[in-house]
Formats: sequence, structure tokens, C-alpha cells
Amino acid sequence: MGKKVLAVDDSKTMRDMVSFTLKGAGYEVVEAADGLLALDALGSSSVDLVITDINMPNMDGISLVKALRQNPAHSSTPILVLTTESDDSKKNEGRAAGATGWIVKPFEPEKLLKVVQKVCG
Amino acid sequence: MDDYAQFKATYFAECAELLGDVETQLSELSTGSQDPEVLHAIFRAVHSIKAGAGAFKYVQLAAFSHEFEALLDRMRDGRIAVTEEGVSILFRASDILSAMVESAENEETLTPDFGKEILDEITFIVKGKVTEAAAEDDTAESSAEGAQNEAEASPDSQTLYHIKFAPKAELFKHANEPLLIIRELKSLGELKSIANLDRLPPLSKMDGEEAYIAWDFILKSTSRFDEVEEVFEFVTDDCTLDITVETAEAVEDVIEKIDEAPIDQAAQPSSAANAGAPKAQAAAKVTSIRVDLDRIDRLVNMVGELVITQSMLSQQTSDLPSEQFPNMVRGLEELALHTRELQESVMAIRMQPVKSVFSRMPRLVRELSAKLGKKVTLTTIGENTEVDKTVIEEISDPITHMIRNSLDHGLESTEDRIAAGKPETGNVSISAEHRGGRIVITISDDGKGINRAAVLSRARERGLITETATPSDEEIDNMIFAPGFSTAEKVTDVSGRGVGMDVVRRNIQALGGRVSIQSTPGKGSRFTMTLPLTLAVMDGMIVQAGGSKYVIPIPNIVESLRPAKDSLKRLPNGQKLVSIRGEYIPLCALHEVFKIKNAIEDPAQALVVLVESEEFGTTGIVVDELIGQQQVVIKSLESNYRPVLGISAATILGNGKVAPILDIEALYRISQKNLHKSSPSSNGDASGGNDTDLSPALAGELSGSIASSTDIHLQSPG
Repeated sequence: MGKKVLAVDDSKTMRDMVSFTLKGAGYEVVEAADGLLALDALGSSSVDLVITDINMPNMDGISLVKALRQNPAHSSTPILVLTTESDDSKKNEGRAAGATGWIVKPFEPEKLLKVVQKVCG
Repeated sequence: MDDYAQFKATYFAECAELLGDVETQLSELSTGSQDPEVLHAIFRAVHSIKAGAGAFKYVQLAAFSHEFEALLDRMRDGRIAVTEEGVSILFRASDILSAMVESAENEETLTPDFGKEILDEITFIVKGKVTEAAAEDDTAESSAEGAQNEAEASPDSQTLYHIKFAPKAELFKHANEPLLIIRELKSLGELKSIANLDRLPPLSKMDGEEAYIAWDFILKSTSRFDEVEEVFEFVTDDCTLDITVETAEAVEDVIEKIDEAPIDQAAQPSSAANAGAPKAQAAAKVTSIRVDLDRIDRLVNMVGELVITQSMLSQQTSDLPSEQFPNMVRGLEELALHTRELQESVMAIRMQPVKSVFSRMPRLVRELSAKLGKKVTLTTIGENTEVDKTVIEEISDPITHMIRNSLDHGLESTEDRIAAGKPETGNVSISAEHRGGRIVITISDDGKGINRAAVLSRARERGLITETATPSDEEIDNMIFAPGFSTAEKVTDVSGRGVGMDVVRRNIQALGGRVSIQSTPGKGSRFTMTLPLTLAVMDGMIVQAGGSKYVIPIPNIVESLRPAKDSLKRLPNGQKLVSIRGEYIPLCALHEVFKIKNAIEDPAQALVVLVESEEFGTTGIVVDELIGQQQVVIKSLESNYRPVLGISAATILGNGKVAPILDIEALYRISQKNLHKSSPSSNGDASGGNDTDLSPALAGELSGSIASSTDIHLQSPG
């Protein structure tokens, strides 16, 4: 079984693209539309990687990262935040919250895979 | 990025939703909402549109949404105040955004300066008021330069890098993994590494979350410096890192010290801690799914066919003795029940709240009221009322038109309102509700009401009524729906778009709906529009004329009766009338219109179905007999055969035969036309080719064509 990735984004398009790319490379992908749904989806089970958008309704990506880091079950799960060039401050905010790395949108499929491999092998 | 092209459909569907959200939220904002979530929601929507635009390389859309987003970002964190002017810019920007999305969807190219004006305005605000923006632009430029450097071909020669890497504890807190970094380095070329264990304490003093090991790497690679640096992209703040380019000689002594042991042993993956955690299935909570409309249509069609098969079965087994086949009969009854339930469930999939249409109206009202210089408050009620998607698509235009009409003609100017002792802000409300299996949409205003004197004189002027006629108030009010009617003194650019209320009514009627107006002078007017909930199935009355069956839409039917001989009259022009409760109602014989043979010609022997239409009032349709009421699946004639005058669509009956669904108003027009042709002769036998020639041969062709296109086996009950 491939590594399991949780993709969190309120945009179905982005979720689809992340999913498609990762599934194509043999990853198992679980999707969630916002931070709260992501926490629901995870529960206490673990995934090998979380990729999350920052701007989302209900619970944004930064809060999700913080929530995951506070939970011992996910404190060492790699988390990538999706950012755009315009919000460099978001990268730092993400890091401060405990994110492992970031992916700059828009991304090429190869770039996404490369970053994913970088943090979860 | 062609891999991603398949997601474009999802993207544009999502864009439509997001743009709808933006619209709704902007309306909130324009009514002075202080809720910070409003701006956040708009920001997120624009942000999502931008992300997709970037992914699909819609450069112009991406660039515009980027600026739009920047403005929203500054508004939501308070760096730029949300003024009325600002909101107006947001509105215009959302227009441009919509247009750009639309052109991207249609694969059209816009002129490079499309939306430039508003873009400049946004840039001015963003740059003018926030110095930070300039700094940001610099970084954007420098990163662009960096990209350019990357593009330059690097020589194939190998470079020797000496990398000193000492992780800090934070590195692990961010779930980064030195092993993975080492692996990535190794993928760049020939890597030699030595672990520096100097900081490693005795086991008893070891803290699991501290970082003790440091590494020295010698990397021989064709990669450029920045590519090597990129390996450490996520950990630069969480380690001490020193990368230097060395000459071969300089690294000699370093290499000597380097442990040639496989690097995999040098660092155990700390993620092993995770291995114990249960890998339970984490199922994402799914509350809704997006389904291609084609699939639903296919489902609706198939269920339609199932309904037909089911009614065919029940028809052919209706005389089955139930004591002999109890299970069979019960089974058929259950099949009927379940089929009906299935059909309802499938139709429910297509149901959508009218919100998608209503949400566009605040914007319309806002713009119009500004243009007309009137103050208007719009109230919407029942926006969650659901109606079939086909209907949603069709009601937007009529509603828009009626709202325009209410604002332009209905509401008085502010001065007039004050003079009339009314509050200066006018009210327009739009509501939707379900009533008797139909949706009722009302649009009301508290304006001046209809100027009946003006309408009446205009109607006389236009020859719509005779000089001496004295129509009731209600009749006068509804004259505004008469073709070519407009009481406005001058044609304004608001309502006077060449489309009158007559077109609105015709369009609504074409959908099987009705529209009327009630008005109280000085108090206001109310448009009431009723429509079927779906355009995919309808309740019909099956009638027979000659050997053929026809369907009359139930909503049109008032009653049916067998007229007494002495109640039948005939006008000199051949028009037959029936007198019912002292009222003369024109008759329209189905067999005459469609030239059906072997039909009962004497209305006294036949049945008269009284039907009502907005256009012509009550008409009596002469048929042989009524067969029964049934829900029928509507099959388009245009797409399956060709348009036939007098028939709006067709359906397939239980016995597999095709039955035309009558278009009542067209029927009436045809019978009137036939009268003119044949008058003053007493016999209404119109000859000469018209489009209604539904001779048996043609009816057969029609059957074949519709049946074959829907894969229904024609089956005669025998």
C-alpha cells in the first residue's frame, strides 16, 4: 500500500489536482474541504503526509497545522502548506505553526511530487 | 500541464459557484455589513479562482485575480478601509473577473487591456496606500530574475560541494527528517557523508526530541548551487547550514575522514515513532458530490422509460384475476409504488434552490436604483425553495425583467414618494414558494401601481380593445402583457430594451407557466408567476380523437363536459361555440386541426374539454373521449423529430405508442386561422398545407422517429 496523504483544500479543483497527481504516483489520497473536516477525517489515525491550503472556511490551514501539532498522534506528521507567491508571510506563519514545508501555487505535477517526496519519502 | 486539463470542467463549475458567493457577499457588504467573515469569504473565493487560473495557465485571469486578491487582503486586515467607493470597485472587479472566467471557459482571448481601467484603480489603491506593496513587488521581480538565471543552461561539469549540516531540535518539531534530506542530496550526485557524533550524550541523558547529530557532506554533482541549497529549503531556519564550493584538492582531507558507511545507517528515521500508530482508514466526511449533469439527465431519462414500462405492465395486466395470481398482482403494485418513489427521488436530484437566481437580484437592484436615482430596498423571501434545474435556467430572465419593470415603472421617484407621503426608500420584494405542485414567484413593489387611465387609453390607441369596451380593473392591469405594450412616456435604457412584458409572458407560458399582475393605485403592484416544478415530466390528461391519443396538460384543464345539443351554436364565420352557464365559449375540434379521420364530429356526441390560457381565455377542445390522467415524461419534438405546430412535445404512453402533447394556445391560433381561410363557407374543412398536417402517415413517422431515438419497443396491446 502506498503512503497515505490527506489533501485539505476548500477548492475541489485543487483537491482534484493534488489527488490526481499523487494517486498517479502511487499514493493513497484522502480529501477534506476544510480544517475541521480534516480533523474529523483524521481522528486519531495517522497519515504519512498532510497537504493543506491556508485560506479555508470554518478552520483555516494555520489553525489546522497548530491543532495537528498539539496532538501527539500527528506531532511528527509532515505537513505541507499550499501558498501563493503573494503571501510570503503565510509561509512563515505556517512554519511558526509547525508546518514542515510549503508548496507554491500554481504548481506543476512534477514539482508537487518532488516536494512530497522531499518530506515523506 | 495538460495532465490537469481534465479538471477544467470542475474548475469552471467551481468558479460559477465562487462568483455567485462573491456576488452574495458583495451585496452583504453593500448593505453595510460589518461582519469580517464577509470579506474573508470574498477573499477565499477570489483566491481559489486565482489558484486554478494559475494551474491552467489562464495568465490574464491569474494576474487580475492576483491584484483583486491583494486589494481584498488589505481590506480584510484593515489596511485599506472599506468605503462605499471601495465596494463599488469590488463590484466592478467581480464583473471583470466573471467576464475573464467566462472567456477562459469558452477558450476565448480577451484584449490585453481588458479590465485595465479597474486594474489600474486597484493597483493605485493597493500601492498608493500601502508602502509594503512596493517591497513585495521587489521580491516578485527578484524571484523572476532568479527564474531567468535558472533558465540559463548550466554547464555539464561536476562541482564539488562541501556541506556542513547541523539540525536543531526545531527541525524535528516541524516533522522534517534529516534522512530524507540526505537521500535527496544523494539523488543529486555522488555523495559522501560523515556523521559528527560529538554532541551525542550518553543514552541516559538523551532527550528524544533534541537533535544531536551533525553531518559533513561532500557532494559531487552537476547541480547548480541553488539546486543544492533548495534541498534544505524547508529547514534553513532549523539548522546551521554551510554550503561551499570546493576544489578537488581542498576536499581531499575532508574525504579521508568521511565514513563510507551507507548513509541509511547513519540516521535512523525518526518517523519510526509513527509506525506504531494505527493506520485506521480515515474516511473523509463527504456531504455533497458534484455530478455531471449529463449523468443525471441519463438517469432521469432511464427512470422515465422505467415509468413507461411500469405503466405498460400495469395496463396489460390490469384484468389479471388477483385471486389467481396474488403475488404477481402485489408485485406489480409494489413496482408501481417504487417506480413512483424512484422517479421522485431522481427528480429531487435535479432540484436546486432558486437562490442562484435570487442572489443576482440585489446587484441588479443596486445598479438600477443608482441609475434611476431611486432609493430601493430589496427583500427576498423563500430563496431556498427548490425547483428543477431546467426551470431555474429559464426563470432568470423573466424575473430580471419584472424587477426592472418594478423599479423603472412601478416605483415613483424619491420626490414623488415624499409628495405622496410615503417613505423615500421604495420596497421591492421577491418571494418564492411551493403551492400545489408548482412554484409561485411574486415580485411586488410599494410604488404607484398601474396607471389604469393611461393603460386604457394606450390600449384603445393601439386598437387592443374597442373604444366602447369597459374592461374591469384587473383586465386593464393585465393589458400590460399585451404584445407591443409600453406605457412609459419615453423608452428608458432600463426597461426599454425592446422586450416588453408580452415577451415575458410568452416565455413563461412556453414553460407551462402563467403570469399576472395585481395592482392597487398608490399602493403598489404585484407580479405573480407560477411555473411547473420541472420541465422533464408533467401531469397530463390522455384524450382520444379518432384512433389517436393526445395529451392535454392538466394545468390548462378547467373541466370537461358533454354539451347538450341546444347549447351548441355556430357563428357566420363557421366558429362553433358552446354555451356554458350563460357564457359562449369557442370550440376547437381536434380532428379538424389535425385532420384526424374517424373522429366523432358532432360535438354533442363528443366530449368538450375546457382549457384555459392566459392569451385567449377559455376554449373548448372537442375530443372523442377522455382516457385518463397520467404523469408523462416529456420528449422534445425538436430534438427527436421536428417542430409541429399545435404540439409542444410528445410522450410515450403505457402501450408504447407516442402521444403528442397539445400546445393549447397554438391549437387555438390554428383553428382561428383555419376559420379565416375557410370563411365564409360554413364548413371548416381547411385545405392547403399547413404545418399541422398530422396525418396518420406522419403520425406513424413521428412514432417511429421518437421511439427509435429512445430505444422503446413499440408494442401494441393487441
